[in-house]
Amino acid sequence: MSGADLWHLLFGKLSADALPFYSAIAATAAGVVVCGALGAALLITWLGRWRYLWREWFTSLDHKKIGIMYVVLSLVMLARAVVEACMMRMQQAVAFDSAGFLPPDHFAQLFTTHGTIMIFFMAMPFLTGLINFVMPLQIGARDVSFPMMNSVSLGLTTAGAGLMMVSLVLGKFSTGGWSGYPPYTELGFNPGVGPDYWIWAVTLSSLGSTLTGINFAVTIYKRRAPGMTLFRMPLFCWTALCASILMIFAMPPLTVATALLACDRYLGMHFFTNSLGGNMMNFANLFWLFGHPEVYILILPPFGVWSEVIANFSAKYLYGYRSLVYATMAIAVLSFTVWVHHFFTMGQSADVNAAFGIATMLIGIPTGVKIYDWMLTLFRGRVRFTVPMLYALAFLLLFPLGGLTGILLANPAVDYQVHNTLFLVAHFHNMLIPGLLFGMLAGYHYWFPKAFGFRLDEVWGRIAFALWVAGFVLAFMPLYALGLMAMPRRTDAFFEAAYLPYTLVAAFGALLILAALVSLCVQVWVSVRRRRETEVFAGDPWNGRTLEWATSSPPPDYNFAVLPQVEGRDAFWLMKQDGRAYRTPDRYEDIEVPRNSAMGPVVGMAGAAAGFALVWHIGWLAIIGVLTMGGALIARSFVRHTTRTIAADEVRRIEARWRDAVAASPGVTRDDETTPANRGHAAMEVA
Amino acid sequence: MNRRDDYRRELRAYLTGLGLAVVLSVLAFGAVGLAEGVPGAISRSTVVWTIGLTAAVQVVVHFRYFLHIDLTRSKRDDLQLILFSALIVLLMVAGTLWILGDLRDRMMAVL
Amino acid sequence: MNAQGRNYPGINLDHEPQTHAEAEEKVFGFWVFLMSDLVLFALLFATYATMTGATAGGPSGGDVFELKSTMIETGLLLASSFTFGMASLEIKYGGKGRLFAWLAVTLLFGALFLGFEWRDFATMIAQGAPPSRSGFLSAFFVLVGTHGLHVTAGCVWIVVMMAQIAVFGTARDVKIRMLRLGLFWHFLDIVWIAIFSVVYLPGLVR
Repeated sequence: MSGADLWHLLFGKLSADALPFYSAIAATAAGVVVCGALGAALLITWLGRWRYLWREWFTSLDHKKIGIMYVVLSLVMLARAVVEACMMRMQQAVAFDSAGFLPPDHFAQLFTTHGTIMIFFMAMPFLTGLINFVMPLQIGARDVSFPMMNSVSLGLTTAGAGLMMVSLVLGKFSTGGWSGYPPYTELGFNPGVGPDYWIWAVTLSSLGSTLTGINFAVTIYKRRAPGMTLFRMPLFCWTALCASILMIFAMPPLTVATALLACDRYLGMHFFTNSLGGNMMNFANLFWLFGHPEVYILILPPFGVWSEVIANFSAKYLYGYRSLVYATMAIAVLSFTVWVHHFFTMGQSADVNAAFGIATMLIGIPTGVKIYDWMLTLFRGRVRFTVPMLYALAFLLLFPLGGLTGILLANPAVDYQVHNTLFLVAHFHNMLIPGLLFGMLAGYHYWFPKAFGFRLDEVWGRIAFALWVAGFVLAFMPLYALGLMAMPRRTDAFFEAAYLPYTLVAAFGALLILAALVSLCVQVWVSVRRRRETEVFAGDPWNGRTLEWATSSPPPDYNFAVLPQVEGRDAFWLMKQDGRAYRTPDRYEDIEVPRNSAMGPVVGMAGAAAGFALVWHIGWLAIIGVLTMGGALIARSFVRHTTRTIAADEVRRIEARWRDAVAASPGVTRDDETTPANRGHAAMEVA
Repeated sequence: MNRRDDYRRELRAYLTGLGLAVVLSVLAFGAVGLAEGVPGAISRSTVVWTIGLTAAVQVVVHFRYFLHIDLTRSKRDDLQLILFSALIVLLMVAGTLWILGDLRDRMMAVL
Repeated sequence: MNAQGRNYPGINLDHEPQTHAEAEEKVFGFWVFLMSDLVLFALLFATYATMTGATAGGPSGGDVFELKSTMIETGLLLASSFTFGMASLEIKYGGKGRLFAWLAVTLLFGALFLGFEWRDFATMIAQGAPPSRSGFLSAFFVLVGTHGLHVTAGCVWIVVMMAQIAVFGTARDVKIRMLRLGLFWHFLDIVWIAIFSVVYLPGLVR
């Protein structure tokens, strides 16, 4: 065996060429990743926190901790994807009649990673994290139905995110866009490792999301507290349920699409190739069978957040609760009937396009119902302009704009005109930033005190809010105009002088968004430093209405010492009205909670190793990775003691400490919510 | 009802399921075998219809006798789940066939 | 909860109420997973259906499928579904020895099925019909192969369950796992009905 053969056996296609020394920008990016990872590892070692992280976080099966880890992951990935967005906007600002600073190949990698990360590694983990943290508390459960699977889902998602980060250091990423269309991602066009990175990163995360969807749906069906009928659930749980159902049914098409593409690339098959019977239009069809429901997986949970935030900060029952539920269900079902609108121009007949165009417009109806319901919830409410509420108001103004442009695009004739232009980019960012991202940030501000026991700084929250809104408007409104002026999306350079003013404004907007992101970091820093002033251990800082506020902040491991008896909608609000809140139960019982397990990290690491090995064709490592995943599952099934018991006395002590804190905290009126007077115990006020 | 009766009842269900499944499979395979063995004995469309119908019935038989799903006694959650899944599968498969069939007719008819 | 204790779909294994409560959640979860898997298969079927004409001058189904082999495979899988049913009855009513025997027979049928499928694939490849020959053959191999992979996983699962029964006896969690394995195994037989009815038989009709 020659040296080259041995090298290939051990390291596959890896070689020194994989290192990013071909361009200064790529080398810098790789340097940031490597230094960031090393820096974090060194910091943890220096602080001696590895054991703590492993025991309290990585191996924890507590839904609250898993939820927080999901959100942390998504914020890290958000930072990378925002930086990439800024680089693209800068490129388009300077690349008039010149090549700019990014070569086309690099620009194509950037828009691919930006989209892939924002969808799969920012939005999905963020909403999964929020649902994970909030939903079991809201339905009065002690955990999700399958806590170990929850940890495995997180492991798989993190493995995918890890592959994305590794792709910055070793090799080049795909240039085929986040939707990975062949022929750009076929072997014939791109024989490199980029599309393989995309395939395995996305596959890992989609497997994780499928499991998550199953877990959430079963939890909501089977773990509700006594009296918590489906129609008494907070709306966030309804949207979580519908999003979970969408995950269960919409993730498989993605898995099929990526797996078949992998068959083409690895086994020489002909699903989407140009020759021997392959048909790339099959890919578009499969991808969007996933892709469209995915859009609603992304938008429904924020709709739930808006429902909670708007009702809570208006101090009113949600207006039109049932109509909101039915609208959510209608959107969930309709979302499976509209996927063709992503490829109206593929060449099918006008009949097909018309049917799917009409179905698309129909979705506007339930969404419109929701907007009106939220506005009517505000009407004559006791509205407080806290940070989540500010985001909600921005959403109510900006989101319908995006929705209306969506209705325009639903018309195939119009779609033909603006297809593949920046108009489309403006449209979906207009949906996803005010809709999804603002929703997630509102949820983050709203539930942060529940998770950590202190409130986030209001001033920096407002600064970040202002920057997000201004940044969004400046960055994306010009893109509508550019789209109508026929500027194609994914263009790395242009020669039309009329575009220039708009691209300059958009670049400025992107910088504001970067500043908004920095403000969020500053906010965390400031809030942590001042956490004593904003401590809300008593658990109810916003005069809450739903069950998550009926626990201490942060909630104990077991969530509820006694499962709450639910008498109606807005369960905690009713308890406070009837004087049933904070009542000491007659007796406490032993509580079983899931014991820690290394399954999540093990499966995650094995998955990442297998993915990496497949990307670089390292056979032995791929086999070891896959066998480790399977072996771990089988080994786990032989473990008998998967729970630990919290003794009744321990529960009594924990609960007594919390009740004492509630009793010691003066009731705070809604006017003083954002002042240090707020210790997490709401005063009873009329309505 | 004692355990012995229970056991017999359940055993009978499995045996019924097996019997029906065998008959249905034999019908489908027999139709194909007949078409192959005796040219002209049976038209292609009859064979295809036979295959389709026996398959549909056999799926129901398996659900009923092996998976123990039926319309009256299953819990609503589970039945809803299966029916909803059937709806989604129908939408996806029918849509796919419609769209790609249409595309083929328009773009690849010459091949 | 009626007298027959039919609390969740699938085989009701036990008479203890606590088993029911725990099984209800886990079995429902497994049903949800199966439905997700069903979508995966449905899309492979749809892809196959759109590619039946994409033979690119290579062999079509009628050229390479074998009626006899398909029939044997169908019989084996159906028989294994029945023997698994017998194993389920043994968990509920009978003893460990006969449970083992029925599981072993099920495993044998499953393995034989895989053997025949493997032989089919090898014959096709030898006849110049490998998956890389045409879009049609790619779709065929991936659809039928995915089912085969599921059956393989099911066989491994049966072995694991035999080990668990040997070690733990028919404890509650073992019973609930057997329930889910049963759903999986019967589900795969249903997918096979679709495979011979959509892929093999229509391919063989001229």
